[in-house]
Amino acid sequence: MMFNLNTRNFLLTPFLIWAGLFIFIPLVFIVWYGVTDYDGNFSLTNVGLIFERGYLDALELSIALALISTVICLLLAYPLCLILTERRRDNSTIISLLFILPLWMNSLLSTMAWQTILEGNGIINQFMRLLSLPDLHMINTEGAIVLGMVYNYLPYMVLPLYISLTKIDKRILEAARDLGANSWQTFTKIILPLTIPGAISGITMVFIPALTTFVISALLGGGKLLLIGNIIEQEFTFQYDWHVGCALSVILMVFIVLNMLLTAAFDTSHEEEDF
Amino acid sequence: MNKFKILALLLVSLLAFGVAGCGGGDKKENVVYVYSWGDYLDPEVLKIFEKETGIHVILDEFDTNESMYPRVAEGAVHYDVICPSDYMIQKLIDNDLIQPLDFTKLPDAKKYIGEEFYKQAESFDPGNKYSVPYCWGTVGIIYDKTKVTEPVDSWNILWNDKYTGQILMQDSARDAMMIPLKLMGKSMNETDKDVLAQAQAMLKKQKPLVQAYVIDEVKEKLINSEAAMGVVFSGEALIILQQNPNMAFAIPKEGTNFWIDGWVITKDAQNVDNAHKFIDFMCRPDIAVMNFDYLGYSTPNTAVKDLEEDEEIKNSPIAFPSPEVYKGQETYKYLGNQMDEYYNNLWMQVKVD
Repeated sequence: MMFNLNTRNFLLTPFLIWAGLFIFIPLVFIVWYGVTDYDGNFSLTNVGLIFERGYLDALELSIALALISTVICLLLAYPLCLILTERRRDNSTIISLLFILPLWMNSLLSTMAWQTILEGNGIINQFMRLLSLPDLHMINTEGAIVLGMVYNYLPYMVLPLYISLTKIDKRILEAARDLGANSWQTFTKIILPLTIPGAISGITMVFIPALTTFVISALLGGGKLLLIGNIIEQEFTFQYDWHVGCALSVILMVFIVLNMLLTAAFDTSHEEEDF
Repeated sequence: MNKFKILALLLVSLLAFGVAGCGGGDKKENVVYVYSWGDYLDPEVLKIFEKETGIHVILDEFDTNESMYPRVAEGAVHYDVICPSDYMIQKLIDNDLIQPLDFTKLPDAKKYIGEEFYKQAESFDPGNKYSVPYCWGTVGIIYDKTKVTEPVDSWNILWNDKYTGQILMQDSARDAMMIPLKLMGKSMNETDKDVLAQAQAMLKKQKPLVQAYVIDEVKEKLINSEAAMGVVFSGEALIILQQNPNMAFAIPKEGTNFWIDGWVITKDAQNVDNAHKFIDFMCRPDIAVMNFDYLGYSTPNTAVKDLEEDEEIKNSPIAFPSPEVYKGQETYKYLGNQMDEYYNNLWMQVKVD
């Protein structure tokens, strides 16, 4: 259907109102609370708090764990998607369903399930004892949090990668073979560059929620490992300090925007090469 | 379609929504709005109250004193009756958010609530003007008799590195700080920043030994023998002991927190009469027994022990402690906004460390 310019603007209005009310205005509020003190005067003390109280350590830990989880997701998802696209005609629907099914389940519930699986007397350790193997101490460690992140966010890596792989024209691959490329060369010169946009959106979709999560770290970290998300949550719920909470959120947003700028830079440069 | 038509349709649908939205709010005459801890009343009790008085109870629940406070302070929802803890009742009084009770309308509260509980409540509600105690308890150490060999009678055992990775601590600023403060022989309402810094240092030193900082999960973890010991409230201890016979409960000799949750009426309550009726109903012995059986927390109601049918609970020193257990114990006080924040920051630093 074709729309003239007026109609198009008109149809856009509901979204613009929505975005203004529920995205733009709240953002303004967050920034405003972040850079003011209790009397409403401009002040950067709350932003500066990140350097005190050990909050910087929490931010570093969050970035490190989010990065590790993203890399693991990428390494797991890429081969999986390659296999899925190769067997597109047979049972790949079942396999892809298996990876999307976890999304249908409440993530809080599945994280709590991991808690009982990993616990000292949990399912894994009962199994280990059955085989007379030493206990596994995983709960309340960084490893447990990474596991929770990978489990929860893997589908967000699989989906964009899978889509970008299926979009590759088979004829390009055939042409590459005709011109004498072996399968490794086909992979590095054709498949990998063409799937970079998919990988980029996968990375963004895993990295950002992993960076901001507080549920996974609260449940699998035993309250001993605080991520920046947990600190923001506590500032709002226990301290009831909106100024500090918002200031920390603004700092976190800077990192998210940085991530998006970086990925956007990657994205366009490759698109230009490809087309 | 022309765009004015679309606009008109949009407006009409918006209006329809608006009208439907307002339609739901028809005001019930005979109600009382109650704001209480999650799962803190036997639902059966509410049904009896509605049947006997014809007053419809609208119940909302909160999970921490801190999350309850802003909702009441901002007056977004007008509650009539709330059930906060000791120090929070003091904060509500200080900020002029609750009103004095009319005890002529509360005969059962006068008759059945024990004298010693009113006395203890004076530490946060001088003159007992604003609150009627509903539940109370202490904080102690619950431990696994098969894993802990030495006698448990001091908070000191929580610093014993023999139990590395086997200790569960409460994830709350006041409850966490209370333990090192008591060990040092100080008040749990300490405001001296040097003393508080020492208490914080002790918690930081303890952190490597701690398995996890927990809130409600503590019950499940100890029932499943996930840890050798944990800091728990007496009501939680009772539930754990019933389900895990290897456990025992001890109140350390250095002293503990004697907490009291009480009923109060908000300043801007719309149904003051109904609120009094509700509070007095909660003090009626047969109702108090029902709530006690449902909750497991100790009750200040003196008539409950005689009415309790379960012999095991009736004779449990945790459900009905002897006065020696709580005599001379301290109760949390509200230390002011700045000190509250100071405590919270000290605790946050322990957790981030």
